[in-house]
Amino acid sequence: MKSAILVFPGINRERDMARALRLVSGRQPAMVWHAETSLPEGTDLVVVPGGFSYGDYLRCGAIAARAPVMDAVRAFASRGGLVLGVCNGFQILCESGLLPGILMRNARLKFICHDVHLRVERSDTPFTRGYNAGQVIRVPVAHGEGNYAADEETVRRLEGEGRVLYRYCSPSGEIGDTHNINGAAQSIAGIINERGNVLGMMPHPENHVEDVMGCTDGRGLFAGLVAHLERAA
Amino acid sequence: MKARVTVTLKTGILDPQGKAIEDALKSLGVDGIASVRQGKVFDIELAGADKAKAEAVLKAAADKLLANTVIENYRVEVLG
Repeated sequence: MKSAILVFPGINRERDMARALRLVSGRQPAMVWHAETSLPEGTDLVVVPGGFSYGDYLRCGAIAARAPVMDAVRAFASRGGLVLGVCNGFQILCESGLLPGILMRNARLKFICHDVHLRVERSDTPFTRGYNAGQVIRVPVAHGEGNYAADEETVRRLEGEGRVLYRYCSPSGEIGDTHNINGAAQSIAGIINERGNVLGMMPHPENHVEDVMGCTDGRGLFAGLVAHLERAA
Repeated sequence: MKARVTVTLKTGILDPQGKAIEDALKSLGVDGIASVRQGKVFDIELAGADKAKAEAVLKAAADKLLANTVIENYRVEVLG
């Protein structure tokens, strides 16, 4: 799997992401500066990592979403290329129009930084094939604006089309207000686009990939992508 | 030429910051406040002097960057 990680000023999770990708795929990802107008030849996966691009000025992800490299990412996605956005990356994908909706300030206004449980809603996508449907995984979150919001029609479509891949839940997989850490619509933690090749999620799977991290539940996402691409090849 | 773009949240969009400000005002004893919604104001200095063109420029600025029309409305004013 040949991956490319976008780098914007203020991003700070790109090295965690690179380490996770190298560990699971065995290949060193390319780091692509925001001012670039193309992606490296043969890129299989583009990752928009977490952090605070442009200091979260204006709206989280708003300025990064208009960077030159994003036109290349849009073209890549429209050809069916795989795009993964984590945390600020999810915000950037929403602001760029690659995913619907927006991430609002957390309902209880606090920056949330701890492990959460996620229910994997289906396993038949490139981003979840490393898991079983209904499986509960534990990964960290670290965000102040992760409260997914969209108009009712959009949320209905996401649900109807099975585009919610990850949802905040209890350790045993129950969904409800007490487990919905940031107030997101339908406890949404991660969604895909209509075509199914772009995923945005608030939690950080890249931070749970090695034993030293205390948990390896995040590995499945990357391993699933590798398996998907190997099968497609 | 000076101009102002005001960006506000659409009706029905939850505004936790506005709510926190509302609660703070109430706890400060500022009476008579029913609710607060927070928005943004951009004061812009325009390069040209054509008013009709200015409005088009401001609208483009708001649509392309200043507002996210999924959740926000905006108003442009050319102040002269």
